[in-house]
Amino acid sequence: MTSLAPKYYRTVREVRGPLLIVEKTKEVGYGEIVRVLDPKGGERSGSVIETGEGYAIVQVFEGTSEIDADKTAVTFLGDTLKIPVSQDIVGRVLNGRGEFIDGESPVVPDDYLDVNGLPINPTAREYPKDFMQTGISAIDGMNTLSQGQKLPLFTGSGLPHNQLAMQIARQAKVPGKEEEFVVVFGAMGISYEDYKFFVNNFEKTGALSRSVLIVNLADDPVAERIFAPRLAMTYAEYLAFTLEIHVLVILTDMLSYAEGLREISAAREEMPGRRGFPGYLYTDLASIYERCGRILGKRGSVTLIPIVTMPNDDITHPVVDLTGYITEGQIFLDRNLHNKGIYPPINVLPSLSRLMTEATRYTREDHRDLSNQLYAAYARAQEVRNLALIIGEEALEESERRYLDFGNAFERRFVNQGFEENRDLSYTLDLGWKLLAEYVPEEDLTRIPRKIIERYHPRYRHKGAVKSEEAP
Amino acid sequence: MEGKITRVAGPVVMAKGLSGSKMYEMVRVGEDKLIGEIVRLVEDRAEIQVYEDTGGLRPGEPVETTGSLLYVELGPGLIGQIYDGIQRPLTLIRDEYGDFIMRGVVAEPLLKRSWSFKPKVKPGDKIVGGDIIGEIQETELVIHKVLVPPGIKGTVKSVEPEGDYTADDTIVTVETSSGEVKLTLKQKWPVRIPRPYKKRLDPTDPLITGTRILDFLFPIAKGGTAAVPGGFGTGKTVLQHQLAKWSDASIVVYVGCGERGNEMTDVLRSFPELKDPRTGKPLMERTILIANTSNMPVAAREASIYTGITLAEYYRDMGYDVALMADSTSRWAEALREVSGRLGEIPGEEGYPPYLADRLAEFYERAGRVICLGSEDRIGSVTVVGAVSPPGGDFSEPVTQSTLRIVRVFWALDKSLAEQRHFPAISWLTSYSLYSGVLEDWFRKNVAPDWGALRTEVGSILQRESELSELVKLIGADALPERDRLTLYIGRLLREDFLMQNAFHDVDTYSPPTRTYKIAKTIVDLHRAMSSALSRGASLSEITSPEIRKILSQLRYMPEEEFENALAELRDIMKKLFGEVSS
Ligand SMILES: Nc1ncnc2c1ncn2[C@@H]1O[C@H](COP(=O)(O)OP(=O)(O)OP(=O)(O)O)[C@@H](O)[C@H]1O
Ligand SMILES: [Mg+2]
Repeated sequence: MTSLAPKYYRTVREVRGPLLIVEKTKEVGYGEIVRVLDPKGGERSGSVIETGEGYAIVQVFEGTSEIDADKTAVTFLGDTLKIPVSQDIVGRVLNGRGEFIDGESPVVPDDYLDVNGLPINPTAREYPKDFMQTGISAIDGMNTLSQGQKLPLFTGSGLPHNQLAMQIARQAKVPGKEEEFVVVFGAMGISYEDYKFFVNNFEKTGALSRSVLIVNLADDPVAERIFAPRLAMTYAEYLAFTLEIHVLVILTDMLSYAEGLREISAAREEMPGRRGFPGYLYTDLASIYERCGRILGKRGSVTLIPIVTMPNDDITHPVVDLTGYITEGQIFLDRNLHNKGIYPPINVLPSLSRLMTEATRYTREDHRDLSNQLYAAYARAQEVRNLALIIGEEALEESERRYLDFGNAFERRFVNQGFEENRDLSYTLDLGWKLLAEYVPEEDLTRIPRKIIERYHPRYRHKGAVKSEEAP
Repeated sequence: MEGKITRVAGPVVMAKGLSGSKMYEMVRVGEDKLIGEIVRLVEDRAEIQVYEDTGGLRPGEPVETTGSLLYVELGPGLIGQIYDGIQRPLTLIRDEYGDFIMRGVVAEPLLKRSWSFKPKVKPGDKIVGGDIIGEIQETELVIHKVLVPPGIKGTVKSVEPEGDYTADDTIVTVETSSGEVKLTLKQKWPVRIPRPYKKRLDPTDPLITGTRILDFLFPIAKGGTAAVPGGFGTGKTVLQHQLAKWSDASIVVYVGCGERGNEMTDVLRSFPELKDPRTGKPLMERTILIANTSNMPVAAREASIYTGITLAEYYRDMGYDVALMADSTSRWAEALREVSGRLGEIPGEEGYPPYLADRLAEFYERAGRVICLGSEDRIGSVTVVGAVSPPGGDFSEPVTQSTLRIVRVFWALDKSLAEQRHFPAISWLTSYSLYSGVLEDWFRKNVAPDWGALRTEVGSILQRESELSELVKLIGADALPERDRLTLYIGRLLREDFLMQNAFHDVDTYSPPTRTYKIAKTIVDLHRAMSSALSRGASLSEITSPEIRKILSQLRYMPEEEFENALAELRDIMKKLFGEVSS
């Protein structure tokens, strides 16, 4: 695309939601970046979402309140939207437009990048297989996350997903490569309270020094909400594929993001699809999620945990459903577990990391089999629980009761952990063995090959080889 | 001819000054010459779907027509390649432009290399479209038949001698009624037009998939059509990969249509390592990949399945059995919907254009077993298996429903099975194959005479088991008579030791029909034996043998020799317990 000189217009014909329709434009480019001077002299920015002979439709990031057709001036800057990037963004807090809101001075850019990015050539991808540790047993042990994977967190209102997101942001690491690790945290449409929670935590724990925070508050302009995750992914790509650092991106809440998209789509009078979301929601979400991954020959990686609230815990809600269709598994937060006081309330049964088979080849040799066995035992525990509801707990057989106990212990000791508790993988795995040893008869361990049992089962390990569970 | 852009909205661009251009003509859009295709024409105004990101395009920029429809290049060197939706070679593009796909990149689809060509005609021979004029060893697994393009008829005037030629070299000159025609190793074909054949035949042979539930209960014919609908995570992609790996097609075309980049990477890294169970050669040597992932331009996604099926037809025309997997046709339909929406067309159900069902039918119609063009009556086939991704896993939506009206095989993926990690999560209660009748002959002749009877029996046990399970939920298993509890027991064996199949286990991933048959047969024999023991007055707990179950549950994981030994041992135990077992 050739970059042309800026063009200046005062010909706003219509203001519609976050959109401006500008007349008499000439040769304005699709996606071109726009400066808008509002009647009070304030500057806003936007981009062109449709252009034709003699008109252009502009989406204004800061919203269109107080913009009128008469006095507003619009300048088309002749180029598509590019943002400045630099290693120095690490440790900073920005708004959804990419402006620093932490009171510190701006950074000196190393480069300017298009926020929409470019598709990774599938032949350039490296299949994700290396472990990323979150310090959360239910994830590391049971739904292992790989560097370059996209694994969403499906949650419901009132569940502690913010705490969990914060804990992961604080604890996540690539074992052995701690210094080459950055968290890019994008918050879309969050409340001021949540914002305070995140910022305080990031600052207090020192996590901010290895993080980039992008914050779009609930009352910030909706166009910025659309922009924020793209900003996050652009920074992440730059850090990972130019500077070759491992990046974990956490995006919360994709439901707010999609609602923002719906608002803009409605303003454009597009055909609404399911629950009013635009028909291109799948493609739009994919254009964010697919930017994560690994590239052959590069040391860095972009890993993504999008957080999606399920309205009414409805898993068929389009944003949840389409996220599931794009990502590589899912982690479910469960209201029942939460009500039982389990934190994090991760239900491992419907949760699945699709890349786990691959990742566990490179962690510890017992990891895959152990997690299969824990899964099977916990699934059995659920069956027994249901049975107990029908026939009563007293009527259970001894072998069944043991599974009932296993299920409870698994929830209270394995899934449950402190907000400050950072467990490393070997601790998590050893804990799993310990629970099996306590509750599950050895002949029931059918998912684990004999030689692995003999090597890792507490019964066969020297005293002291298994770390005490109480001392992480 | 050159027109001018008048409007840009997403992937759709409007231009004027294009009178005389044709519908579906390929055009180059803007100063960067982005590739596009005319999808609507009104007088000299055209609406163009652009196959690349349209960011930065401005009204006033030029639009050039090319005079040809969107086409693919056909010739040696397609096998083993990975293309985007409009047949741009992704490996080459990466070598030249880097890890990210830039706009406006151009690259020739066929490799710039020479091929060792053996002529099969001599001067004076009469030839028609579809005749083989020579052969090339394209990969270790594939002999490329160089075909006379459809529509050409005449006498061979000259033939180049055996030797090395590039795709552009003239190898045969033909004297036709309209003059001399030079034939090269390659030809072009417009993707939206089916390649012609002589005659359509009824399917007779199964496409052996190595997936037990498919081959045994819901087989697909070579030249047949199947749909695999299922919510996210139910196993569509794993199943499609299984078919691409293990099915006994000669050529596999795998279209990743609006899905994940990592899944294409998975194929790219694993196929060269995996061996075809029949030939021992790397699977990549019979595979073509089309990758238009979800973040690549949406219009090219729409084109990708046509590109894929045209390549499939080309190898069919050589007399091969080709299998095409499309994952996912729903993403293709969404691309259609998006472009249609931007064109301002009147939407049908759920915003899809009213012609959705027609387009789907046209696509699946290109599958089939045929007598190929040419004088020698070769038979070739294209089998099409399309994944469908219904929103919320709800099969009542338009893409699933329109597809089910067309295809002959329905492999229904069941969310609750997937949640219980019963894989493949194909429902044995709702799936069907309209080919099972015609294919029974083949299985009777080639696997076992009682294949059909066994299948019926397994089907009815499973059906009965499901009815009984409903009952159990209400009254508990203890309230059932022993005979029914036996059915529950056998049903469970069938589900866990026969229908379940782990795609990631080295042995279990591929089950040849004989093994499939033997496992089913053993379970059914056990059922008969136990049931006659019950009639003789035995109780179920007396005759339920944990030892039998233990061996049975391991059978599917055992390599061939171990499998046969274990089977013999199992038969022995059954004999000891129940006396002579019918077989
Ligand atoms: N035959 C199988 N054996 C073992 N595991 C399987 C099998 N089929 C599916 N799975 C499991 O289910 C997961 C999801 O399967 P898959 O990726 O094929 O789903 P999908 O239907 O294509 O989902 P999406 O619509 O999101 O693409 C796999 O990662 C794997 O863990
Ligand atoms: Mg899939």
